[in-house]
Amino acid sequence: MAELENLITVKDLTKTYVTGSIDVFALKSVSLTINKGEFVAIMGASGSGKSTFMNIIGCLDNPTSGEYLMEGKDVLTRDKDELAELRNSKLGFVFQSFNLLPRTSAQENVELPLLYNNRVDASIREKKAIEALTSVGLADRLGAMPNELSGGQQQRVAIARALVNAPLVIMADEPTGNLDSKTSYEIMGIFQKLNDEGITIVMVTHEPDIAQFAKTNIVFKDGTIIANHAVMDRKNAVEELKLIASLTEEKSTP
Amino acid sequence: MKLFNLFRIAYRSLNRNKLRSFLTMLGIIIGVASVIAMLAIGEGSNQTIQKSISSLGTNSIFIYPGTNTNGGVRGGAGSNQTLKLEDADAIAAHCDLVKYVTPIVQKKSQLIFGPKNWNSTIMGVRNDYMLIRSLSVIKGSAISEAEQRSAAKVCLVGVTVVFNLFGNEDYNPTGEIIRMNSIPVKIIGVLAKMGQNTFGQDQDDIVLAPFYTVQKRMMISTDHIGSILASGKSELQVVDAVDQITSLLREKHKIAPSDDIDFTVRTQSELSNIFGSITKVMTILLASIAGISLLVGGIGIMNIMLVSVTERTREIGIRMAIGAKGRDVLFQFVIESILISVVGGIIGIILGILTSEMVATFGGWPVVITPLSIILSFGFSSAIGLFFGWYPARKAAALNPIDALRYE
Repeated sequence: MAELENLITVKDLTKTYVTGSIDVFALKSVSLTINKGEFVAIMGASGSGKSTFMNIIGCLDNPTSGEYLMEGKDVLTRDKDELAELRNSKLGFVFQSFNLLPRTSAQENVELPLLYNNRVDASIREKKAIEALTSVGLADRLGAMPNELSGGQQQRVAIARALVNAPLVIMADEPTGNLDSKTSYEIMGIFQKLNDEGITIVMVTHEPDIAQFAKTNIVFKDGTIIANHAVMDRKNAVEELKLIASLTEEKSTP
Repeated sequence: MKLFNLFRIAYRSLNRNKLRSFLTMLGIIIGVASVIAMLAIGEGSNQTIQKSISSLGTNSIFIYPGTNTNGGVRGGAGSNQTLKLEDADAIAAHCDLVKYVTPIVQKKSQLIFGPKNWNSTIMGVRNDYMLIRSLSVIKGSAISEAEQRSAAKVCLVGVTVVFNLFGNEDYNPTGEIIRMNSIPVKIIGVLAKMGQNTFGQDQDDIVLAPFYTVQKRMMISTDHIGSILASGKSELQVVDAVDQITSLLREKHKIAPSDDIDFTVRTQSELSNIFGSITKVMTILLASIAGISLLVGGIGIMNIMLVSVTERTREIGIRMAIGAKGRDVLFQFVIESILISVVGGIIGIILGILTSEMVATFGGWPVVITPLSIILSFGFSSAIGLFFGWYPARKAAALNPIDALRYE
């Protein structure tokens, strides 16, 4: 019996930027609930407010007004240090531009969140990092520097880094924006696998075919949600990849 | 545990950006080294100048017998015999502002060696004379205390005397016996060449002998001495030393406060004044060198720290996004700055000392490394390095993580 638990609840979330004398509304009274185990794709054109929304629920940015509860507890009243702890232990981030530390090996990048976590002992740090990298299929590239890795591999290191503290939610901001479609599907495969293991995923994307891998699609326009629906014919990354493989095989053997 | 992690993060960060760490450190190294080297050269010059000025005898004090007035005719300075050996001894014993003191007896006399003869000044002095006049012996040895006490028949000669008696300035006359005032005296050493004094007088036309040798064997009167030469503890205390000597001798000679003194005390006050102003100029010069070097070094350190921390705003954003607290980031940057400042500072001190030594060795320039310059440059550079490592990091850590991430 899968009881639906509210993980993230926002009410009347508003964000305004003051540019000169005009207030620009990035978000206008957005209310939304995301349950545990969800895989949400947030869609919308640029400037629709989807990234702003994501940054706020990821505690990277503050709303101008509104209410935000995580696991039923208020988030916005917490101070900066508490938010940092929240990001460290409950949230994992995956960015479009990967945001790995340069000249730092894959393993050290993945160890980084553990270094900021007081509850993780030094002795298990390495083990955890290797586990996380193994789960994204990079067990053989532990010592590789980011510039020695392909885009897809870098994004996988970023996912391993997001995973290493066993978060409740992974926040992915255009995770496939810099990747080709095959690599994108591979990343989606990882996300679907993680989601099956019970991790909630919130992903911003503007590519409709990528959004098809999620369970729910939310569409933003001009700072408000204009659509929120379950995905009808959800794609399965494993099958999509098989399909691509067979297509390329046909091409290469005429 | 937590602090250890931050050390680890800071160390990793420095280690993986070796070039940047090195360049940042270079700012500190150059800053510290240049201040130390500049001050060492400046201080070396200062001390050399002071030394050569004091070798001119700026702190010398001359004491002459007073004027002899006979039936209204005043005989001029030194015409009376009022100074005794015990006056010199009293000055040595009681005047604490006086460093060296020697009685002097002198006479013009003919020197004879083989067929040659030469008229020169023979001075009977104690060994303090050599120290007051900064004299040294280039050949043979100086007069010993034993020779002083026993009125030994030995002497030191100037190079002009060597030339005139032996025909060659470079001749080594050590061990030769010359006749002086009909007494055979052994030459035991040659004085280093002094050249002419300010007034064109040949200072090398001189014979120095132990005080008693001249006083007891060559002078008619053995009671009085010609003059007393003394030196003050320092150039600045000469005037006070003169006062001390005057009141001491006044008392010894039993002169009533209303009467004129029967001796004259003189100093080279003109030279002292010049000395004073040169010291002042050198002090100002050194202070400006230190100030400008510190300023230039400090600005260099400030720039490189500001740039390297500012360009890492994005890194700070990444760290905060994955859970670093503001103070974690700050601590990391402060630890990095401390490591860079301390390591760079130590390398800078070593480099500064090496540079100074090289200037001394290859440039032949005297250098003096003062502890103050090391403390000053190291303290100032580290303080600037720390502040400009901490300040931009604090600014970046105060940003929302998303603003730091988007920083270009």
